[in-house]
Amino acid sequence: MSEEIKVTAEEVDALHTRLDQEAEASGYHLNPDVEHTKELVKGLLTNEKRYAYWACPCRLASGVKEQDLDIICPCDYRDPDLSEYGTCYCALYVSEEVLKGEKKLGSIPERRPSLKDRKKAKSKSTSPDISSLSQTVWRCKVCGYLCAREEPPGICPICKAKKERFERFI
Amino acid sequence: MDVKHVKGKDKGHIMMFALSTCGWCKKTKRLLNELGVEYHYTDVDLLEGKKKEGAMEDLERWNPKFTFPTLVVKNKCIVGYDEEKIKEAIGV
Repeated sequence: MSEEIKVTAEEVDALHTRLDQEAEASGYHLNPDVEHTKELVKGLLTNEKRYAYWACPCRLASGVKEQDLDIICPCDYRDPDLSEYGTCYCALYVSEEVLKGEKKLGSIPERRPSLKDRKKAKSKSTSPDISSLSQTVWRCKVCGYLCAREEPPGICPICKAKKERFERFI
Repeated sequence: MDVKHVKGKDKGHIMMFALSTCGWCKKTKRLLNELGVEYHYTDVDLLEGKKKEGAMEDLERWNPKFTFPTLVVKNKCIVGYDEEKIKEAIGV
């Protein structure tokens, strides 16, 4: 058994407030079911303490950051899941319809490919020819934000994902 | 595998694979507690080494996608928090 990780109610409240403000500022919404949402925030803080990154609380993290980049909150699957189901996998983020109470929430299917398929996709991914462009175009894998510059930004200005979540797009 | 046992009404064998941090797993545990049924569960993220491998091997037989919660009620597998399906499988 791992050591029990302690997260205080104050830590949970502070992060919940911060995430709520950041979400609203960029057009996203936290789940209005505050009890559920705070449990997830507590899970994120627990994962920060044991893995040093915000692995999705509803997925089993490997503990190896490179293998878990796609499930660091906000995960690569949040936006497609919001579009299709009105909620992300763990239901920390919800769509406007859900926020307004027009759509009921439940567990949704897992969009993340299996480990085998993830490895396959990684070995296949190639970038198109960029020789004719003056700058590289970077894409945020979380929200799709694109920018043309030498290096990706340190933090996505739209969804606050970190630099390591960007991929070379063109 | 470290399996925890929650006492209650015997409605057949119920085993749950969960994560200690997962909101849907907590909702499922709460539902089972409210129904007052006897069940077993393991929080896979709290396991290490051989115990974790063993739990994952067991889970794979029921749910090869390794998602949580996975509930096994009398040899019937329910993936995710689905109140109706869980109640139906338990027979309440």
